[in-house]
Amino acid sequence: MLTCPCAPATRLATLAAASLALGGCDMVVMNPSGDVARQQADLILWSTGLMLLIIVPVMVLTVVFAWRYRASNEEAEYAPEWNHSTGLELIIWSAPLLIVIALGALTWVATHTLDPYRPIGRIAAGKPVPATQRPLEVQVVSLDWKWLFIYPEQGVASVNELVVPVDRQVRFRLSSSSVMNTFYVPAMAGMIYTMPGMETKLHAVLNKTGDFEGMSAHYSGAGFSKMRFRTYSVDEAGFEKWVSRAKGAQGRLDAKTYLQLEQPSEDDTPRQFAGVEQGIFSRIVNMCVRPNQPCMTESMHGMHANSGLPQPTNNAVRPRTPPAFDRAPGEDVPSPRTDAAGKGASSPARTGSGAAANRETPTQKGE
Amino acid sequence: MSDAVYQMIFGRLTLDALPLHEPIVVATFGVVALGGLALLGLITKYKLWGYLWSEWFTTVDHKKIGIMYMILGTVMLLRGFADAIMMRLQQAMAFNGSEGYLDAHHYDQIFTAHGVIMIFFVAMPFVTGLMNYVVPLQIGARDVSFPFLNNFSFWMTAAGAGLVMASLFVGEFAKTGWLAMAPLSGLDYSPDVGVDYYIWALQIAGVGTLLSGVNLIATIVKMRAPGMSLMKMPVFTWSALVTNVLIVAAFPVLTAVLAFLSLDRYVGTNFFTNTLGGNPMMYVNMIWIWGHPEVYILILPAFGVFSEVVSTFSGKRLFGYTSMIYALIVICILAYLVWLHHFFTMGSGASVNSFFGITTMIISIPTGAKIFNWLFTMYKGRIRYELPMMWAIAFMLTFTVGGMTGVLLAVPPADFVLHNSLFLVAHFHNVIIGGVLFGMFAGINYWWPKAFGFKLDRKWGLVSFWAWVVGFWTAFTPLYVLGLMGVTRRLRTFDDPSLQIWFVIAGIGAAIVAVGIAAFLIQIAVSILNRDKLRDETGDPWGGRTLEWATTSPPPHYNFAFTPVVHDLDAWHDMKSRGGKVPAEGYMDIHMPRYTGAGVILAGLSLVSGFGLVWHIWWMAGGALLGVVGYAIWHSFDYDRDYYVTADEVAETERAGRVMAGA
Repeated sequence: MLTCPCAPATRLATLAAASLALGGCDMVVMNPSGDVARQQADLILWSTGLMLLIIVPVMVLTVVFAWRYRASNEEAEYAPEWNHSTGLELIIWSAPLLIVIALGALTWVATHTLDPYRPIGRIAAGKPVPATQRPLEVQVVSLDWKWLFIYPEQGVASVNELVVPVDRQVRFRLSSSSVMNTFYVPAMAGMIYTMPGMETKLHAVLNKTGDFEGMSAHYSGAGFSKMRFRTYSVDEAGFEKWVSRAKGAQGRLDAKTYLQLEQPSEDDTPRQFAGVEQGIFSRIVNMCVRPNQPCMTESMHGMHANSGLPQPTNNAVRPRTPPAFDRAPGEDVPSPRTDAAGKGASSPARTGSGAAANRETPTQKGE
Repeated sequence: MSDAVYQMIFGRLTLDALPLHEPIVVATFGVVALGGLALLGLITKYKLWGYLWSEWFTTVDHKKIGIMYMILGTVMLLRGFADAIMMRLQQAMAFNGSEGYLDAHHYDQIFTAHGVIMIFFVAMPFVTGLMNYVVPLQIGARDVSFPFLNNFSFWMTAAGAGLVMASLFVGEFAKTGWLAMAPLSGLDYSPDVGVDYYIWALQIAGVGTLLSGVNLIATIVKMRAPGMSLMKMPVFTWSALVTNVLIVAAFPVLTAVLAFLSLDRYVGTNFFTNTLGGNPMMYVNMIWIWGHPEVYILILPAFGVFSEVVSTFSGKRLFGYTSMIYALIVICILAYLVWLHHFFTMGSGASVNSFFGITTMIISIPTGAKIFNWLFTMYKGRIRYELPMMWAIAFMLTFTVGGMTGVLLAVPPADFVLHNSLFLVAHFHNVIIGGVLFGMFAGINYWWPKAFGFKLDRKWGLVSFWAWVVGFWTAFTPLYVLGLMGVTRRLRTFDDPSLQIWFVIAGIGAAIVAVGIAAFLIQIAVSILNRDKLRDETGDPWGGRTLEWATTSPPPHYNFAFTPVVHDLDAWHDMKSRGGKVPAEGYMDIHMPRYTGAGVILAGLSLVSGFGLVWHIWWMAGGALLGVVGYAIWHSFDYDRDYYVTADEVAETERAGRVMAGA
């Protein structure tokens, strides 16, 4: 993974030189363990190769012309009025055009083949997806600032720990509880955003067993830097073992635990849930985990018809921060999120309520 | 005093807003305050207030306004770079469980401020300043179309910069990243003043940018010298025209999206909220519909500078003028058709992603054509390696690499693994430093003698040049590598100790760039001290080809005693080669606009209003806004706006200029 065995901090200079010969370090993006990322890396190489066809001549010509036509070189030809050549113009427009046509064709095909929404076409090069293999579904929710993984078929869930069977297609369905994040396991496949109230999808596979790094790649607030998770690729038996271990864990992921879990925290240690409430992911996507909160699909209908459902208003069950003009003088409603960050202590928005300013930051480490 | 009364007077501004508990900020404040006091003291001691007010702050002369833009850009460069150094230091330190020296509250503001400042208050003032200074001279005009508007635009930009600077010492800046993406920037997740500072700084500066765009378009379209058809216009002026068309078409989108965001934050609408029908994706789309053209707004003027520089120092006509112009126009149009490539990873379908990926690649065709055109301008030329030309060569070598990584990022599946990574960060610094900033340094070295009558010191210029080029590559090559190692951006702490070496190298690169910035400032200081030795008395030190070199250096405030008549592209080169002489008599009265302090007052009131809005001090916000409207109306009844420079005065000025030129 990201470890670079050649990097003892004491030999910095030697290492720097050695690593500059790319590949001296393990570049996970170029040398991944999952087939999707593998194809993406190949595409990077192909595209770069295609572009070098034109970049290298340009850079060489720049240096050559810059040297050859220096003012002190009286021998070079000087043609101060020469400024047009139809032939050259044709070449300088058509050469990049040809490269772009080639690259564009490659892009069209690759973008459709590697569309994250589309089930993968193969487990690895020369190894088609077995007809009997059903993809493993994992539902992913980015929370402030940790990751929740729900395994609906297995009926278990985990926080900051993703376990997948090797060589089996995984179908990720992703969403977010509060702000946008990006789900990214560089060794496995490219990233995809997780967005509140929306669902995205990603199909991927890991071809090697091992322990890989996963992270949020989109800044999401104070705890963002520690929003990492381990990804374990294990064999089928190992996966069964993990599931049964999870089933023995304490606690069940239901609406109540979810609402607690959703509260901002940093650097959470991995944990499992022995059970999962039916349909919780769908309620997360529709932003209606809170009891009595109308789901987005329903409340949209509710706007059009007198369905009897609660109308969406600013006084909805989920507490919202009142905007400036709605606040009584002296009233200040701090955001729970910035409280958890703990760093907002100077925040003037909460000076009105001293209690809030002194609230503890229970889940924060290293301070 | 009861809370309610306090709140009515001070809004949410309390003493806690002063970051007295953050030693770094306090120290910064100390340095800034001492430096500021020293500066104010010196100005007072040498009784320069009157001079500054009457000659500079109130000026409507496009040349002085251009220079003020460049000063603003340079000052803000120091602030933006200080942020960069702090980030580099933090990332080089925060390994092995170390939290570094910055907490999230501080670090997240720094990377946001760095981006905002570098784009809006460094790059934008630099390009606007150069266009302001050069365009009227290149087209043989006496000033821009709307001289007062020009002054007002500058001060609005400066007011926006002032509001960002205020956030450093009063309250805090946004902790959202430079585009303040919703829903993070919404009230639910960022209830503090940071995002409000962001909104109002950009809205105030945006007024200036937009109006300056309108002004320059009108100037270029209406005020060209007789004979200068569009296809005889210098390439820099063409790039300015296209840039300002982009500004006028793109900035209203930014204004709108920020207005919606502020409605969400101030009155509780739901444009970009998660619930109640809000749609954060709409924010992402709109901000990039502005954001992508913005990239071209920055780079096209730099392209214009390089066209002038390469042609002048190769002693040759620009190769492929016509295709250069068409390339500019194609880029201008395509700039609006690529915005989605900034979020391929948000789950648009494969066909949508392919479409935007391919349009993005298509932009590289005209851009590539421009590189080739500069290349063939050098071909069969006599290249003089003065500083501007060195920047141009460095640009051509650096920018092509940035262009290549850019096209790579335009391939959606490749972007899936590189998006939000340090590879992306390296890419856009590669094009913005290697393109825009190198272009600005080329432009500053090129036009400085025109603006001040003496060249810039070569020795310190070379130090600055090499430090920037070497520093840039040392700082950003590691970021490319880290991106390929799967390291993403905006991280404050790291787990994997093997990454540290790369961040240390990047930090060394940033230190080398710091030398480059220092050498640039020393270059200016040394040149001013040695101005007599560096004096250029010809007004045309480089063997220039365009009209700005036809007048004295520095040009008289009316630019040209006689409006030049243009017969050819490279008008001044054409005049020189036909042995044309500037007539020395027969001067006529020249109609000129009068200086006015209205711009300073309006922008100052806007700044106060913005500050009031940030802190919910409604009486202040409303009062200042009323002041803006009232003063603008009152100013519109000021009919004493112009005067005539008499023929005698013109003759006197011209004679003085000629004596200086030794003719």
